[in-house]
Amino acid sequence: MMSPAELLNARLQQRRALRSRSIKPWYRNGALMAGIVIVGALVLIAVLAPLLAPYDPIAQDLRNTLASPSAEHWLGTDKFGRDILSRLIWGAQVDLRVGFLAVLIPFVFGSVLGAIAGYFGGWLDTILMRIVDVFFAFPFYVMVIVLVFIFGSGEASIYLAIAAVSWVSYAKIVRGEVLVAKKQDYVTAARLGGMSHGRILVKHIGPNVLSQAIIYGMSDIVMDIMAIVTLGYLGLGIAPPTAEWGSMINDGQEFITTQWQQATIPGLMVVVASLGLSFLGDGLSDLLSPERRK
Amino acid sequence: MTMPEAQPLEGRPLNAEPLAVDPPVLRVANLAKSYDLPTSLLSRIARRGDKATLRALDGVELQLNRGEILALVGESGSGKSTLAKILVGSTAATAGEIEYHGAPMPARRGKDDSRRIQMVFQDPYSSLNPRLTVGAMLRELLVLHSIVPAKQVREESKRLLNLVGLEEDALDAYPSQFSGGQRQRIAIARALAVRPDILIADEPVSALDVSVQATVLDLFATLRRDLGLSILFVAHNLAVVQHLSDRVAVMYLGRIVEVAETAELFRNPRHPYTRALIDSIPRMSAGSVTEAFQLEGEPPSPFDVPSGCRFNPRCPYAVDACRTTDPVLETVAPAHLSACIRASELTELAVARV
Repeated sequence: MMSPAELLNARLQQRRALRSRSIKPWYRNGALMAGIVIVGALVLIAVLAPLLAPYDPIAQDLRNTLASPSAEHWLGTDKFGRDILSRLIWGAQVDLRVGFLAVLIPFVFGSVLGAIAGYFGGWLDTILMRIVDVFFAFPFYVMVIVLVFIFGSGEASIYLAIAAVSWVSYAKIVRGEVLVAKKQDYVTAARLGGMSHGRILVKHIGPNVLSQAIIYGMSDIVMDIMAIVTLGYLGLGIAPPTAEWGSMINDGQEFITTQWQQATIPGLMVVVASLGLSFLGDGLSDLLSPERRK
Repeated sequence: MTMPEAQPLEGRPLNAEPLAVDPPVLRVANLAKSYDLPTSLLSRIARRGDKATLRALDGVELQLNRGEILALVGESGSGKSTLAKILVGSTAATAGEIEYHGAPMPARRGKDDSRRIQMVFQDPYSSLNPRLTVGAMLRELLVLHSIVPAKQVREESKRLLNLVGLEEDALDAYPSQFSGGQRQRIAIARALAVRPDILIADEPVSALDVSVQATVLDLFATLRRDLGLSILFVAHNLAVVQHLSDRVAVMYLGRIVEVAETAELFRNPRHPYTRALIDSIPRMSAGSVTEAFQLEGEPPSPFDVPSGCRFNPRCPYAVDACRTTDPVLETVAPAHLSACIRASELTELAVARV
């Protein structure tokens, strides 16, 4: 047994260790803060669109089309005389909503399937992974465009098309993480502790594998916004006259030589949103991986 | 603990009385574990359907007595970790029996069966869930097994931490905030939370700094004394267990080749492999090097166990009979088992060689 002096020494060591290894607070994380500020600002703009937008985004004014920026129309008007600033603000609402929702559905679906396949293995795993391989064999955009074509344009069919294609990524990521995690001794220890498979999967493996999927989800929102913008550009996205960045870029490109801001400003919004979400994902990956925290 | 000395410690600290009156808390008989490796198509064609079978354990006989620390020693690949996994029930044996307090252990263990035999893992970095605070980890087990009433869970958690020499403020910290030795203490506290009576420790100090090893070894000794735990301590090095264990079982290539009380084993090894292990302990005195005999070569592949005695290709005392007879574990002296046909001559042979 330890002598009192040794005991005291051990206690002091523990105190020191706990202090020096204390976790860096989340607000000291630069990337995370940048992400929160940018994405937060965009979400705020989207939510407050009815208050912020000076005009109705779909109200046409055919006597004042293709106006240059002025005091009334800060960013000018498009070919139907609609206020571009107002369309930009309302467009944030549509693009962010579709982006988040199009990630949420495949995230949940793919993660659950991937976790079950990875944990239990066997024929279930084999079948699921072959299906995943089939989906992976097709390029993302080709699949999405074909599916949107089948389902018809509109928000709901965009969710469905993106979800149907992108769940496989989450399934694959989570399965891989589960395969690693389930070999860790803490899972064996949980089994020896008499815990059921369900409890181990949800409580012990889940929190350790989801961070990768969440981080991927952040970049996937970017991907999905790009997809919506692309679909909008191809005329398969959100039906006009709803304001949406992709269709704004598409509409504006006709006038790129005379009214460059019509296509460029929505394009810049896509870049800013992507940047913000990437920062957020990067910051979250630091925050969600305690073993990597310094 | 002090540095390993040339002379083994005389006598055992406690439990000096023979323990044979108690039925063993754990007994395994004829335990085997083999893995059929999937062979590639090409090799199946070439070898006409021969399956590669890895014999990790091959007829293991062992018993753990109440309140003792039994060391299980052997080289890497000798099957000691496999044996530990089978004993705690995380891997199923291919054949053989496991008896717990004289009654057979069911192949599929329930919550209460697995509670009684707990394990401390080699790597304290992989054995603690990085996302659970120490308190949450202990609480889950205490609640799941209704060890104490809900109101006393925090009290009990503090008691467990104190038991392993940690302070109460560890409860709200995550494993990443602790050093290796502290993590191993936390892992021990977790194993103790469900009040097991057997602790299987799988090389619990080999991943730790040498400066920390001794204090963790002391902790095992204290826990045995204070809680009456029976401990199977797996190690790859005799020096580590010399001062800790009551008895030592030596394992070679999936089988137990010698079992004896620690002092007896060091003084009078009755298996050439044990003798090689003892001689491999680094010593402080200069003259001893000439006496040591060193093992040559690697242990044979468990895919292809040598015929006769499995140690014969590396054994300096091997005679023709060793290549044909597979020796069984037999009593060669009181409370001393050895699986060597020349066990009785070994003492003189060793002297003669010097």
